[in-house]
Formats: sequence, structure tokens, C-alpha cells
Amino acid sequence: MTATVSARDLTHSYGSLKTLAEIDFEVSPGEIFGIVGPSGCGKSTLLELVGGLGSPTAGRLSVAGQSGNAGRLAGCAWMPQRDCLLPWYSALDNAGLALVNQGRSRREARLAAAERFAHFGLQGFESARPEELSGGMRQRVAFIRTLVSGKPVLLLDEPLAALDAITRADLQEWLAPALAGSGATVLLVSHDVEEALYLADRVAVLSPRPGRIVATVEGARGETGPRDQVVSSTSFNQRRQELLALLAARGENK
Amino acid sequence: MKLRLWLPPLLVVLALLGLWQLAASNGFLADSLGLEEFLVPSPSGIAEVLWQDRDLILENAGTTLVEIVAGFCLALVIGLTVAVLFRSSDLVRRAGYPLVVASQTIPVIVIAPVLVVWFGYGIWPKLLIISLICFFPIVVNTLDGLRRTDPEAVRMMRSLDASRFGIFRRVEVPTALPGVFTGARIAAAVAVIGAVFGEWAGADSGLGFLILQDNAQLETARMFASVFVLSVIAIALYALIGLLERVVVRWR
Ligand SMILES: Nc1ncnc2c1ncn2[C@@H]1O[C@H](COP(=O)(O)OP(=O)(O)OP(=O)(O)O)[C@@H](O)[C@H]1O
Ligand SMILES: [Mg+2]
Repeated sequence: MTATVSARDLTHSYGSLKTLAEIDFEVSPGEIFGIVGPSGCGKSTLLELVGGLGSPTAGRLSVAGQSGNAGRLAGCAWMPQRDCLLPWYSALDNAGLALVNQGRSRREARLAAAERFAHFGLQGFESARPEELSGGMRQRVAFIRTLVSGKPVLLLDEPLAALDAITRADLQEWLAPALAGSGATVLLVSHDVEEALYLADRVAVLSPRPGRIVATVEGARGETGPRDQVVSSTSFNQRRQELLALLAARGENK
Repeated sequence: MKLRLWLPPLLVVLALLGLWQLAASNGFLADSLGLEEFLVPSPSGIAEVLWQDRDLILENAGTTLVEIVAGFCLALVIGLTVAVLFRSSDLVRRAGYPLVVASQTIPVIVIAPVLVVWFGYGIWPKLLIISLICFFPIVVNTLDGLRRTDPEAVRMMRSLDASRFGIFRRVEVPTALPGVFTGARIAAAVAVIGAVFGEWAGADSGLGFLILQDNAQLETARMFASVFVLSVIAIALYALIGLLERVVVRWR
């Protein structure tokens, strides 16, 4: 299978601040690729580069064979670290933004988004304003907004950040099938090792800034059974320890 | 229901009016200023004239109101256009902003007679003067509002296939709206001053014209009545814009 996302010797800096160095990876179609690393190591920067929202300083980066910014932009839907819901639109209109942007009518966009609302336990909140929603609901609306775009590559930057542990665990359980059902290729940034391992096929570990990939570990996606069972298995625990050790060895600042 | 909110300022105004009434009606004010009593009207005297000459005052108020509303609308169109142009290009903004600021250093009292010479006694000189002073707060506050745009939201929209205009319409405009309304409210308040200056430079009707005439004829009470009506116009416009803001900007 040809790679959907591929980075070759990718380097990036903000002026004199080196953020990413010699990044190499390939993500196959339909794969979920997790990215973990210490705070400030360039994870968000990497996602934005992949999504065509910035240009690499050096190296090659392509999405579905397109290496220009516009081409990568066309192939990816980016979910920012903050949910960025627009306060002047209802939850449903926020969720349908991509379709409206793509030239479909507001009615069509709302219809497409509404289907997902029921699915993600948001029914009854269609006309709620973003500030009336809880953190978990906002994240779900932002996720639906990304999903509804119908783009082949989803770039999720800490989709479950800013949530308490219990809500996170719950949301991970609905995120997994939702991602599987979409058929999309996913790059998933997380600072939570367990979350990345549970959701992804593979997890790349970045070093402190400038971020480099120090190792790639097999994730637990595709393992059947409820989340509690998966994350408490011996093999999962081994990989968790491995990842934590990699992070600790590389970054005392984590 | 909002009595707690309204009562304190109402009491202050009533108390001041009461004091004024007392001081004026027993001749204390006129005496201490060394003036004839008819030059220092009391609130009740002003109210009386307001009622007696209501037709005259209302007719002139109509002229002024039309000038204010037209001038304000012209300023709104020009101000919003300039703000959007400035937002769309850094070069245009850097080139144009000094000019916008400079426009406010033009003394209205000096330019008003010139405009009357150029455009005659009709509505145009008033319209230009009003929009000259109204457009500045609109430009500055709209631009300020546009600058509050969240760059991350813009990137999110770009990633979700928004066009440049789509981002403008769905992100920048709603972000800027509170600023637009702030600018409009300030503009509404100063528009009244512009109308009066415009009429003083040359007019045959309007409250400013009436004030000038009454001043010459020492009709002090009616002057105060006209000033009162001008204030009412300004306050009404200000309140109307505030009301509109609450209807439009519901997410705040
Ligand atoms: N627009 C920018 N201009 C300059 N420096 C930036 C910019 N955005 C991020 N940085 C810097 O680049 C580095 C990498 O930032 P980035 O947001 O990619 O890290 P991150 O791994 O996502 O961190 P976190 O875990 O906190 O989300 C940081 O040191 C940050 O301060
Ligand atoms: Mg980040």
C-alpha cells in the first residue's frame, strides 16, 4: 500500500528556534498514527505542517501524493488543540461548517451533522450555543466538525485534552469506533501515553525540542474487548512502561 | 423591574433640576450673575417654551434628525469600507491610517464654512461634516474588532476548505461586530455636535440654526429647549444602537 502521509527528513524552525529535526515517517491509508512527546517538542507544529498550514524549512512532506501546501491543505482536516468552536453559531452549525465551506447549503450541512449528533450522545443539544456545552461536549462537536468534512486525513491535536480522567476514558471508547467507521487516516497527537497506545496502530515518540522521532511502538488498536480490559493487559502495560521510559530518558522536563 | 438601576441617576437629575428651579425662580441665579431674569430661565420656564413652540422646535428637529441619520449612515458606509480595506492589506493600512487620523485634526469650525461655500445651504455640507467626525470612531473600533480575530480559528476554517471570503464572513465579521457597535454608539453621540456646527456655518432650518437665531434674539429659554431636544436625539440614537447590538450580538 502506498503511504497517505509521508515525511522525509523533515525539518522546521520558527526563525532561529528549531522545532523539528529529521522527521521520517509514513502513514498508510486507514492507519491511526499516534504522536507523543514532551510539552513544547513540536507536536502541534508537526500536525500543522502536515495539514498545509505551514511550510517545512527543509525536507519532503506529502499527503496523498501532494507535496505543496495547497495540496496538503486539500487532503487534511485539522482539529486544533483548543476546540475553536465559533460562539456565534449553534452546536449544529459549528459541526456542519466544513460542508458550508465546501459550498453546500446550510440545510444540508445541518442534516449531515445532525446524524452524527445522535450517534455521539449530543441529541437535544443541536441548537445550544457553544458556551452552554460542557468541555466534553465541545470536544465532540469539534470532532464531528472535523469528521463531517469527509477529508481522507484527519489531524487531531489532543482531541481529549482539558478533560478529566473519567471523561477522557469514556470519550476514548467512542472515539475508537468513530475513527474506525470513518475509514480516514489519522494523525493523533496526545500527551497521554495510555490514550495514544489505546487508540493508535503505532505510536511515535518525539524527543524534546527540536523534536525527533526516537522510537515507534506498536499500539493497541484492533485489540478487541472493553477499554478497561485492553489497557490492563500485560502486553499493554509493557508498552506503556517502554513509552514512559523513552519519554523520561529523553526529557527531564516532562 | 430595573428600578434599582434607574432610580439613583433619576434622583440625581431630579435633585439638580430642583436646585436649578429654586435658584432661578427666586432670582438668585440672575442676581448673582448680574443678569436680567429672562436671560436665566428656570427648568419650568424651558418646559413651558418647549410646549408653546413645539411646532417650530419639532419642525427644526426634523431637519436636524434627517441630517444626523443621513450623515451617520454615510459615515458607517465609508468607515466600514475603510476598515475592511485596511484589514485586507497591511500596505494600504500603513499608507492610509495617518490620513484617517489627520482627518480628525481638521477643525470642524474652519472647514464648515468652506463646505457651505462649495456646496451651498442644503443638506450636503452638514452631511459631510457629520460623517467626517463620525467615521473616525467607526474605523478605529471596527479595525480593532477585526484585529481580535482568533488566528487559530482562521487556520481551522482554512483546513475545513473555507474561502478567504468565507473566513471573512463567518469568523472576522462576527468577531468585529461588537467593535462596530461601539464605534457606532460613539459616532451617534458626536453626530449631534457635527450637525450643529454644520448648521451654524449656514442653514435656513434645523435646531442649530434655531439656536443661533435665538441666541441673537436673546431667546434664552428656547435655546435651552433646543439643546434639550438635541440631547434627547443623541440619547435616543445611542439607545437604539445599543438595543440593536443586543439583538444582533447575542453570543456575548
Ligand atoms: N507561531 C509560533 N512562532 C514562534 N514560535 C512558536 C510558534 N508556535 C509555537 N512556537 C514554539 O515552537 C515550539 C513547539 O511548539 P508546539 O506547539 O508545536 O509544541 P507542542 O509539542 O504541541 O506542545 P504542547 O504539548 O504544549 O502542545 C514551542 O517552543 C513553541 O513555543
Ligand atoms: Mg501542542
